[in-house]
Amino acid sequence: MLACVPALEIHDLVVRRSGRTIVAGLDLTAQPGQVTALVGPNGAGKTTTVETCVGLRRPFTGSIELLGARVPVPRKARLRLQEDIGIMLQDGGLYSTARPLEMVRHIAAMHANPDDPATLLDALGIDPTTRTTLRRMSGGEQRRVSAAAALVGRPRLAFLDEPTTGLDAAGRRSFHDLVRQRVADGVTFVLTTHLMDDVERLADHVVVMAAGRNVAQGSITELVGSDDSVSFRGPMHMNLDELRTALPAECTLTEAPPGHYRVTGSLDPMVLAAVAAWCGQHGVPTGSISVGRRSLDEIVMALVDNA
Amino acid sequence: MSAASASAHRTRSQALWETRLLLRNGEQLLLTIIIPVVLLLVLTLTDVLPQATAPDPLATSLATVLAVSVISSAFTSLAIATGFERRSGALRLLSTTPLSPVELLTGKALATVAVTIVSSAVVVASALLVGWRPTPGSAWAMVSLVVGVAAWAPWGLVLAGALRAEAVLAVANGAFLAFLLFGGIVIPASALPAALATIVEVLPSGALVNSLTAALTDGVLDVTATVILAGWSALGVLVAARTFRWT
Repeated sequence: MLACVPALEIHDLVVRRSGRTIVAGLDLTAQPGQVTALVGPNGAGKTTTVETCVGLRRPFTGSIELLGARVPVPRKARLRLQEDIGIMLQDGGLYSTARPLEMVRHIAAMHANPDDPATLLDALGIDPTTRTTLRRMSGGEQRRVSAAAALVGRPRLAFLDEPTTGLDAAGRRSFHDLVRQRVADGVTFVLTTHLMDDVERLADHVVVMAAGRNVAQGSITELVGSDDSVSFRGPMHMNLDELRTALPAECTLTEAPPGHYRVTGSLDPMVLAAVAAWCGQHGVPTGSISVGRRSLDEIVMALVDNA
Repeated sequence: MSAASASAHRTRSQALWETRLLLRNGEQLLLTIIIPVVLLLVLTLTDVLPQATAPDPLATSLATVLAVSVISSAFTSLAIATGFERRSGALRLLSTTPLSPVELLTGKALATVAVTIVSSAVVVASALLVGWRPTPGSAWAMVSLVVGVAAWAPWGLVLAGALRAEAVLAVANGAFLAFLLFGGIVIPASALPAALATIVEVLPSGALVNSLTAALTDGVLDVTATVILAGWSALGVLVAARTFRWT
């Protein structure tokens, strides 16, 4: 039964800062051993949500449960909970005059059963023997050290706030590999990101936030699954009546922007055939016809715009 | 590992960490070691300040410089370092680990004691080089140093927790100079008008220099000064506990 307890459960969370509501009634659940991605535009409340979960901000109303414990936890239980939580802040958190290995070793010293700091840094592409101080390292290198600091305590639940911002392709790959490996070990991740590449490669569950609320959620398949479309380009403002008649009633045909046509709905090969035939009859070149889905980025933007 | 030994391990790690970073920082070393040593040389090799006319000028100068050393490491340096740790988010990150606020502050206090020991050792070695010789009663100065650190460190944390890092830098250095010049250190309370001298003697700066002077010149513990320092310490701890912010 214990495995059924969500790693993170947020109900009707409201967080205010300087009289402004940043999180406005958020509901969110992160299942254990999964990666939950919080996505949404700047100012959607993602970072504030993460910071409230780890105790850096106070909720105005609502409830948060971390690994089954109601936040804020009593002082004695706090220690045990913090052994199980890892956090990578959106920025800062590192001592600029420290070297990477000593920084991660220091965080490791705070935990009862830490991972090996040198191995972890190495897995993230940072030479553990370097004597370069953190203030002389690039932003991407500092992010890698922050990720190592978040994971060195072997957390059961890790919050990573924009973990791959500033990382190069190799750095992102190392990070993705490390997260997948930890997920296989049963670790739960809650990450915020603007990079849909992270989401597509890692997330089991996606929560789309806008204006402090959860406007959509589900697996990537659930979010994009019903969004198959046939698109084609042609002259602006073509007469589409004949094509509409040929399509099943549950299909929608739109022109936006002018000259870009899109058929959405329940698509099957007969729909593709009808569109292809109509295009053939109206001089639309084959190369301008495409079948596929909108990108996750487009879907998130549309969900946010419609919220 | 029991809860108590885990707590001791975290506190020790934090103290070693703070000490290492403090001793690595050139600006902090200037403040905690180089300025006191230069001041000792100025006081002992020139007669521009009142210490030169004291009955035991070397011991009086050493007491003055040790007081400077304590204030610079336990107040100014601690406030500036902690203020910048707040700004960089380092304290926010630590607050999410099992390190408790008490363990953090204890670690900082131990690191401050360690740095004060190092800076005091350098100052005492410099004093020995210019001819000062200790007496058995000089050992009371150790008590004065410990109580002095306890009196000043909480106020460094109060300052670090109350203002932005840049403001902490300005205020900590400004307060350091103000106490140096007008707090009974460079100009002893005895050289000030009576009304002003009374005020200065109850300031943590005046009490610290009085306590150190009594130990190094007369070989005794100045109980009044020690009680005043303990009072400043208790008040500082109370204010710091209520006002210190991690972020």
